[in-house]
Amino acid sequence: MAEHSELQYTAEHEWVQVDGDTATVGITAYAADKLGDVVFVELPAVGSDVAGGTVVGEIESTKSVGELFAPVTGTIAETNDAVVESPELVNSDPFGAGWLLKVTFTELPPLLSYAEYSALIGE
Amino acid sequence: MSQPFTQRHIGTDAGAQSRMLAILGYDSVDALVNAAVPASIQVDRFRTIGDSTLPPAATEREAIAELRDLAGRNTVKRSMIGLGYYDTVTPAVIKRNVFENPSWYTAYTPYQPEISQGRLEALINFQTMVADLTGLSTANASMLDESTAVVEGMLLTRRASKSKSTRFVVDADALPQTKALLGNRAAALGIDLVEVDLAAAATDAPTDLGEYFGVFVQYPGASGRVWNPAGVIAAAQAQGALAVVAADLLALTLITSPGELGADVAVGTSQRFGVPMGFGGPHAGYMAVRTGLERQLPGRLVGVSVDAAGHPAYRLSLQVREQHIRRDKATSNICTAQVLLAVMAGMYAVYHGPDGLKAIARQVHERAGQLVVALLAAGVDVVTATFFDTVRVSVPGRAAEITLTAADSGINLHLVDADTIGIAVDETTTLADLARVVGSFGGRDAFGLVDFSMVEAGLPPELHRTSEFLTHPVFNTHRSETSMMRYLKRLADYDYALDRGMIPLGSCTMKLNAATEMEAVSWPEFGGLHPFAPRADVEGYLELIRQLETWLTDVTGYDSVSLQPNAGSQGELAGLLAIRGFHLSTGDTQRTVCLIPSSAHGTNAASAVLAGMKVVVVACDELGNVDLDDLRAKIAQHAENLAALMITYPSTHGVYEHEVGTICRAVHDAGGQVYVDGANLNALLGFARYGDFGGDVSHLNLHKTFCIPHGGGGPGVGPVAAKAHLAPFLPGHPLAQSEEHYLLGAGDAASGEDGAGSTVGGTVVHAGGPVSAAPYGSPSILPISWAYVRMMGAEGLHEATGAAVLAANYVAKRLEAHYPVLYSGDNGLVAHECILDLRPLTEATGISVDDVAKRLVDYGFHAPTMSFPVSGTLMIEPTESEDLAEIDRFVEAMIAIKAEADAVAAGRWPAEDNPLQGAPHTAQSVIEGEWTHAYDRETAVYPVRSLIRGKYWPPVRRIDNAFGDRNLVCACPPPEAFE
Repeated sequence: MAEHSELQYTAEHEWVQVDGDTATVGITAYAADKLGDVVFVELPAVGSDVAGGTVVGEIESTKSVGELFAPVTGTIAETNDAVVESPELVNSDPFGAGWLLKVTFTELPPLLSYAEYSALIGE
Repeated sequence: MSQPFTQRHIGTDAGAQSRMLAILGYDSVDALVNAAVPASIQVDRFRTIGDSTLPPAATEREAIAELRDLAGRNTVKRSMIGLGYYDTVTPAVIKRNVFENPSWYTAYTPYQPEISQGRLEALINFQTMVADLTGLSTANASMLDESTAVVEGMLLTRRASKSKSTRFVVDADALPQTKALLGNRAAALGIDLVEVDLAAAATDAPTDLGEYFGVFVQYPGASGRVWNPAGVIAAAQAQGALAVVAADLLALTLITSPGELGADVAVGTSQRFGVPMGFGGPHAGYMAVRTGLERQLPGRLVGVSVDAAGHPAYRLSLQVREQHIRRDKATSNICTAQVLLAVMAGMYAVYHGPDGLKAIARQVHERAGQLVVALLAAGVDVVTATFFDTVRVSVPGRAAEITLTAADSGINLHLVDADTIGIAVDETTTLADLARVVGSFGGRDAFGLVDFSMVEAGLPPELHRTSEFLTHPVFNTHRSETSMMRYLKRLADYDYALDRGMIPLGSCTMKLNAATEMEAVSWPEFGGLHPFAPRADVEGYLELIRQLETWLTDVTGYDSVSLQPNAGSQGELAGLLAIRGFHLSTGDTQRTVCLIPSSAHGTNAASAVLAGMKVVVVACDELGNVDLDDLRAKIAQHAENLAALMITYPSTHGVYEHEVGTICRAVHDAGGQVYVDGANLNALLGFARYGDFGGDVSHLNLHKTFCIPHGGGGPGVGPVAAKAHLAPFLPGHPLAQSEEHYLLGAGDAASGEDGAGSTVGGTVVHAGGPVSAAPYGSPSILPISWAYVRMMGAEGLHEATGAAVLAANYVAKRLEAHYPVLYSGDNGLVAHECILDLRPLTEATGISVDDVAKRLVDYGFHAPTMSFPVSGTLMIEPTESEDLAEIDRFVEAMIAIKAEADAVAAGRWPAEDNPLQGAPHTAQSVIEGEWTHAYDRETAVYPVRSLIRGKYWPPVRRIDNAFGDRNLVCACPPPEAFE
């Protein structure tokens, strides 16, 4: 797991870890805290094509239903079955075991730096 | 001389009111309300005394006499019309202990699960019954009626299907009212309906239907035909569509379930499980889905979770999927269910059990077989070869005449067309009835000679049901009436309803549901009528409806009212569809933008989306009022496309907004229509009228302001009231007995009135599409609101509003030193409810709004509304019906709870072990084992002495919401779970 300062972020409170042509995506601790107890996670099918900025899944908590956006355009390479089985992982370890999906992409859009995201959430 | 009803309805008498006014510093109730309601909208500016067309208040006895007279003008014949409505025997033990029992009918929606375990169990019985009979994994806690359930099924298949097609295939043999409803709702959403004779397609060469996202099958068909839709379902799924099957629950005890035939969704009604037809309603519709679609279910879903002690406990599941939270992302606007009726239907299954239900179904089916044999013996051409309870006969050119003959002999048949008659048999049909039916065809003599041993079963052998259902012990235990009575009493005792104490839920208006108002609901003259009975049979109902329409226009300042919508949400939809229809009629097809303030109830946005509109949110200022600058900017931005503004008045924040007139004018100037949400009408009645200050259309909640009980979460009635220009677009119905509705000021040509400004009523045809299965929605509960208005009169309604506003301001004043009041309007006054801000308390003490709400249970109260419209707050609405002693008891409980929270802050009790966080306390929790808490047992359960002689004991401790949503179980758990 990379340091939070080495990750990139989106305004939709997702973190993105880039490794070659693969982006691993999760939601930030800030988002997980705002959502409260996560009870259900719906992720896209592996192999499906996703367009950056579109809704590809759902994160449901006892307070609301949050949408999961694809931060990049590409193909879903892998999704985290463990988090579907145990949605509480999103709360207990959002940057680690609570990761959501991996996307293979060709081009990386501009994302937020750690400093920019920290400023966005006022920390 | 009996006491005026007004004094029975209003809880505070003159003495109490003057003590309350003294604390607030006003001389009279009118002075108080006049200080709160902006002068610019007060009714005195628009009308003078004597303008009201409401009759002077009747006494309770007089109102009952008038209702008797109206009932006497209805004629209850043996209904053999069918089409989804059947006569049924309501077991007397259910009628007396549920239908007529305030412990069941005065309860609220079970949002506070700890004090709602009884009706939650009853609802999970209903869900289990529906899931078992339909052969699907999960059923919800009921729908508004069958036809709206089909619409919801269509919407569900659209969002769950991967197909991008806009086409939905509809069975040609669907109920006519369902087809009409589908047509109306699909048009607003750009869905193309394709009607196909699916039964023919299944047996003959399969038709190539092209791409579609869903298919809808009626099973058995409206004609009575029973056929196997498995092929049609498989073909749909093979090309990416989902299949919805509307199935008759009684038939499903004998024929293969939709789930076993491969259906994704099953819908229908549970009316014939012991709920009177009531001229159309209310009854509980149902919806069930296969595994994997649970989170797509609209409406409410009861699930099993655990409480703080680890015991199983019921609660509403997947709450965040309800439309009021999802707002414009909502995929349904269904809020409420038909809880009271679902409880009745579920209990019908509990009482009869699987064998009893099968026996009833077999008797019905046999009777239908006897009918067929007798008709054939009389030489009548029966065209339905395979049937459960309904057949069609071909009588070229004679259908009307035969139907009339049957009606003369006391039987209503279904006149399909000039050549065809439909005949439906039900639980109550006797051989004597069959003899009269056959007699109508001229076969009287033949009947005595019919050889009933010739009866052949009409069900296709391949569809004989072999799977078990209702195997859970609850459906196999309560066979004796004693056992059933005690089961119903035990469940009722689990719950907190108005018969125990105050339910101060803000925005819910939990006022008195007077016994006299409830009387007529169980009369057979109102209960026994089929919604499509001939007009001559329902004159009493039509007169009652006309009077109520007239009175509701009078008190709201509108010109015409439709009573058809079955809930507030459906009233909203009907109102927005009327606006849509109006804009289309003037060629303004681009007007689709609906402005909604950010403070609005989430249903507003959901309804707008389903009316085909685009939601644009208008900002509110820090007081919760519409931000006028933002409103003007949004109007300017969308001027050409502006369809409507939806505004709630008084606001959802419980404040009389000052600028409402200005707001309405700004919208009108841009060519938009103003929808005033009538949810808070209880703060206005008799003091101001929506129609006077700029509203074009509103829905009212008869289950709030006009005394229809909440029934534990339904039934509701949400009439839509509109100005004359929108009246032609209000919901009509293809099977309505009368197309004409009251229209204020339309004038009377014969009397020479010119119309303008006239209070003489004319009529208007409501020509919009239907929003409910039945033409008048849920007529059997309209006598409740009729009686309320009749017994209050204009003066009484005015007094009730004053008492409601007084009570809310009194509570706000007495609690302001302990909890800040979040919003107030002119002169620091609130409307009929007040919002207490608990966030400072939470900040200072760590005690949450949940802790306070649950602690109120220990003090013997139902909690106020939590975290609506603002998170971390409590909204309190005492209503006019509570007396001062009860209001004071509540105020003192709130003050005592504040002191407890302060004790936590002061360190007297630890933050993680105190009576607030431990609330609510069950008897078991204070008796069992060693007491190790930082507070004593008496503090836990008897925080005030007055509870010693009469305490409400919650059956479970605080319920874990996350556990239930992570481990979704929505059917009866095995009895071992409770050991």
